[in-house]
Amino acid sequence: MTEKTLIDARGSFCPGPLMELIAQLKSAEVGDEFEVLSSDKGSANDIPEWVEKAGHELVESREDKGVWHITVKKKR
Amino acid sequence: MAANKISIVVVAGSRERLQMAAMMASVGAVSGNDVTVFLSMNALTYFLKESSETAPAEGQVGVMIAEKNVPPFKQLFEQAVELGDAKIYPCSMAMDLLEAEADDLEPYLQEPWGLTKFLSHAADAQVWSF
Repeated sequence: MTEKTLIDARGSFCPGPLMELIAQLKSAEVGDEFEVLSSDKGSANDIPEWVEKAGHELVESREDKGVWHITVKKKR
Repeated sequence: MAANKISIVVVAGSRERLQMAAMMASVGAVSGNDVTVFLSMNALTYFLKESSETAPAEGQVGVMIAEKNVPPFKQLFEQAVELGDAKIYPCSMAMDLLEAEADDLEPYLQEPWGLTKFLSHAADAQVWSF
C-alpha cells in the first residue's frame, strides 16, 4: 500500500483545503499520494474538479461523519 | 490545462470584496490561468507593509468570515503568486495618493502599473472587478 501524506484541513473554508493540497503537491514527487481531510462541503466539490483539470488522479473521495476524505495522486 | 487570461481589478476596501477577489485570483492562478491583479483605491492600503488595518465587513457574511477559519485575503493573494505565478500590480495613481514607494508594499507585489499598461494587458482577458 502506498504511503499517503495526510493534510488535515478540517475547520478551514474554501479555498483553504485546496490551497493546502496544492502547496504540498508542488514540492512532491510524481506518484506521491495525499489524503485531504475537509469539513467544508464546497472544498469536497471543488478539489476533485481541480484535480481533474490539473491532470492529477482522484484516487478516492468519501464522506465519513461530516468529514470528506479526498485522496489525490500526483501525476505530473 | 487551458490557460485563460484573467484580469482582476480590486478597488473596494470591504472584507467581502477583497475576499472574493483573492479567492478568484488564487484558484484562477493555481488552475493554470494567467492571472493579473490590479490593486487601486481603497484596496491598495491593505498591501502596505505597515498596514495593520482590518477590512470592514459590509454585511453578515463578512462578519462570519472573521469569526470562522477562512483563509485571510492577503494570504490567498500571496498564494496566488507563490503557487500559481499570478502577478499583482499596484496602481501608480493610488501609490501617488498614498505617497507610497514600491519598497513600502508587500514584497510579492510587482512594480506599479498605470492604467494604460493595465488596459492594454486586459484587452484580451476576462476582466473581473471588485
